[in-house]
Amino acid sequence: MQVVFKVQRYQPERDGQPYFQSFPLELPERATVLDGLHQIKDERDGSLSFRRSCRSAICGSCAMYINGAYHLACNTGVETLKAQEIVVSPLPHLRVIKDLIVDMQPFFEKFERALPYLMTTTPPPERERLQSPEQRRAFEEMINCIQCAACYSACPMVWTDPQYLGPAALTKVYRFVSDSRDEVGRQRLALVDNDHGVWRCHTIFNCHIACPKNINPTWSIQQLKRKTIARRLRFWERG
Amino acid sequence: MLSHDVLVVGAGLAGMRAAVEIAPKADVAVLSKVHPLRSHSGAAQGGINAALGSNDSWEAHMFDTVKGSDYLGDQDAIEIMCQEGPQDIYQMEHLGVPFNRTSQGTLAQRPFGGSGFPRTCFVADITGHAMLHTMYEYLKRRGVRVYEEWLVLSLAVEEGVCCGVVALDIASGQIHPMRAKAVILATGGAGRIYWGYSTNGHASTGDGMALAYRAGLPLMDMEFVQFHPTTLKANGILLSEGARGEGGYLRNAAGERFMAHYASERMELAPRDVVARAEQQEIDDGRGVDGCVLLDTRHLGEKVIQERLPQVRQLAVDFAQVDPVKNMVPVRPGQHYTMGGIKTDAWGATSLPGLYAAGECACVSVQGANRLGGNSLLETIVFGRRTGQAAASLAAANGLPPFPQGIVAKAETDVRTLMARESGERIASLRYEMGQTMMDKVGIFRTRERLSQGWEAIRALRERYSKIGLQDKSRTFNTELVAALELGHMLDVAEVIALSALQREESRGSHFRRDFPERDDVNWLKHTLAFSSDEGPHMEYGDVVVTRFKPEVRKY
Ligand SMILES: Cc1cc2nc3c(=O)[nH]c(=O)nc-3n(C[C@H](O)[C@H](O)[C@H](O)COP(=O)(O)OP(=O)(O)OC[C@H]3O[C@@H](n4cnc5c(N)ncnc54)[C@H](O)[C@@H]3O)c2cc1C
Ligand code: FES
Repeated sequence: MQVVFKVQRYQPERDGQPYFQSFPLELPERATVLDGLHQIKDERDGSLSFRRSCRSAICGSCAMYINGAYHLACNTGVETLKAQEIVVSPLPHLRVIKDLIVDMQPFFEKFERALPYLMTTTPPPERERLQSPEQRRAFEEMINCIQCAACYSACPMVWTDPQYLGPAALTKVYRFVSDSRDEVGRQRLALVDNDHGVWRCHTIFNCHIACPKNINPTWSIQQLKRKTIARRLRFWERG
Repeated sequence: MLSHDVLVVGAGLAGMRAAVEIAPKADVAVLSKVHPLRSHSGAAQGGINAALGSNDSWEAHMFDTVKGSDYLGDQDAIEIMCQEGPQDIYQMEHLGVPFNRTSQGTLAQRPFGGSGFPRTCFVADITGHAMLHTMYEYLKRRGVRVYEEWLVLSLAVEEGVCCGVVALDIASGQIHPMRAKAVILATGGAGRIYWGYSTNGHASTGDGMALAYRAGLPLMDMEFVQFHPTTLKANGILLSEGARGEGGYLRNAAGERFMAHYASERMELAPRDVVARAEQQEIDDGRGVDGCVLLDTRHLGEKVIQERLPQVRQLAVDFAQVDPVKNMVPVRPGQHYTMGGIKTDAWGATSLPGLYAAGECACVSVQGANRLGGNSLLETIVFGRRTGQAAASLAAANGLPPFPQGIVAKAETDVRTLMARESGERIASLRYEMGQTMMDKVGIFRTRERLSQGWEAIRALRERYSKIGLQDKSRTFNTELVAALELGHMLDVAEVIALSALQREESRGSHFRRDFPERDDVNWLKHTLAFSSDEGPHMEYGDVVVTRFKPEVRKY
């Protein structure tokens, strides 16, 4: 198949501004966008820079903006884009380090602010903590998150409020709030019950559309909103 | 100079497990060439073994592992793994790993190849992903310093003691010395040596093995390379053994479940070496379909597939355009796991004081000549923990050892020379030839002739490697430089694999010699130890620890 890859380039030591460079390519039938980028790097320009590791949609390295939408480069078939020209740019709204590589630090800082670990107040039993399949199902969708930052990059609230936790971190909060083994739910709800937490979300659903694992962060955030209100009411009832 | 009590190189499950063990006791830092969450442990799908069931026992797990290893695994180490494994799994559960459950709320377990009992715990078919994320989250909770996207270039050794590393901060391009009382290598496997034919992600380039080998340590049992029976032709992507564990069949072109001819009792759930050879035989004898056999899960039904094998389904759809609910998926054997590695004792210690190794890069040896599915994740957490304990004790007892002069200047010169070379061969063509050579000549079926050709070819590639050229001249995030250094590591390790295989004149586990088709316990019940020398790898041999189970004929 013949296509043209139009790739955003930026080398900080050399370029004042990012620019696009076109590479006409001959690719095998089922090639992915990552295969195309590798072909450029291997055969045309060894300096083309991008992150990748697993090449099987599980490590979260390769989220990019491809033909106007968020994708993982490694599981996006070139053919499925149904276009002659494949425009590849780094995740928008994140600082570009080089070519398709962005600075993920702000994203991971928020991940850490979300207290992303199971917390318990009772000592662990000798064997496993029991959990029924139904209880586990409550957070099953959220554990698929690969922290690729596509949702974060797509969220207009993140663009305008640098303090906003953002869809991935809030999904993480909800993952633990809805885990029957976690015992600090109130602390978690208090953490997100503010202007840089759940209330910043205006249900725009960009995150859901962007997610390459088909997770719906907006839904998780709405669940958190409900629970924060219930928590406030309980406080209020008790006086 | 940057300095910590303990430096852990690698942020997969083994490295992070070691680090969280050390954190309360000593100042520990982790270095990783990819962000921890991008480590290859996250790709593990099927699950992790331990004898938890009331009618299962660690002795049974141990027997299955010993037999699976074709009696090459050291039984003292296997005993430790099988005995301590259950507690380590419960600990992972306490940290928050969202394991699938039985209706009673206990950990669910599925059958896996080579096991006499369903003893594989799982998180759908994203077990490694769920464990890796949980471990990283806990690492953060413990406040462990992580040097993300730092590539270790060499080990620092002074007066016969490992005293740190030299590392490249990939983002800035700066080279740093780092001092430590103990260094733990947890750099994972070397699967990319079989470039294009491996289930491993791009980071599995055998770096730690090469670093240790260059520092004079032996690589043990490197000829034992696992080929997994169900990988996709297009790019080697794995479809988990869980697919067969949940009841999937393997069929040839005639639709026959051919495993009946090779392992009539265990059928599709025979160990991987047995199934991979059977598949290759079917394909070689013309009973395959376009170089593949067929994985049939249609009879499992959409509900089971969606609930227990969702990733397998998605991978087949994305990368082979086949929905396993409705159609059979063409699969073939592909490189999957490096049984050999840096020789360690059961506390992860190598023969170099101050240096430890754990996980896939190490060889303690619990996997022997063939690893059972689900035993590798177990190895990472059991021996990651033990290695962390040992390194922490060493750090508590010692001060910082002296650091060698000039080692950073040398690394800087090496990198500059490599980057300055204007023209030269491209690394991609060398990498491609390396993968092709290893699969064709050092693959599933081996002969003296093929292996010698393979060894010669790898030596020729090493020659050519000294003349490669790089196009990326920037110090910022130079991924081409990283790839070139990785290729150097892979070629060193590839040579060891080829020569170790050439010298072992018997068939055992994954190492199958057509010219020596039988196992030979009289001459070859021993470990290969490959040392680096000016003339290439130099071989010595060591004893296998046999305790409870005497070698028997291995039949499934
Ligand atoms: C597709 C797939 C599925 C699998 N499924 C299963 C399964 O179901 N059950 C099972 O038991 N096993 C499975 N395995 C095997 C198992 O996943 C691995 O053996 C195990 O996860 C290896 O863990 P590790 O911590 O040793 O290494 P890895 O997770 O590979 O981590 C290596 C780390 O070292 C770092 N590193 C490497 N070189 C350098 C360097 N030079 N400088 C700095 N850092 C470096 C990397 O960045 C990375 O952080 C599977 C393997 C694959 C490929
Ligand atoms: S390379 Fe891992 S998600 Fe694409």
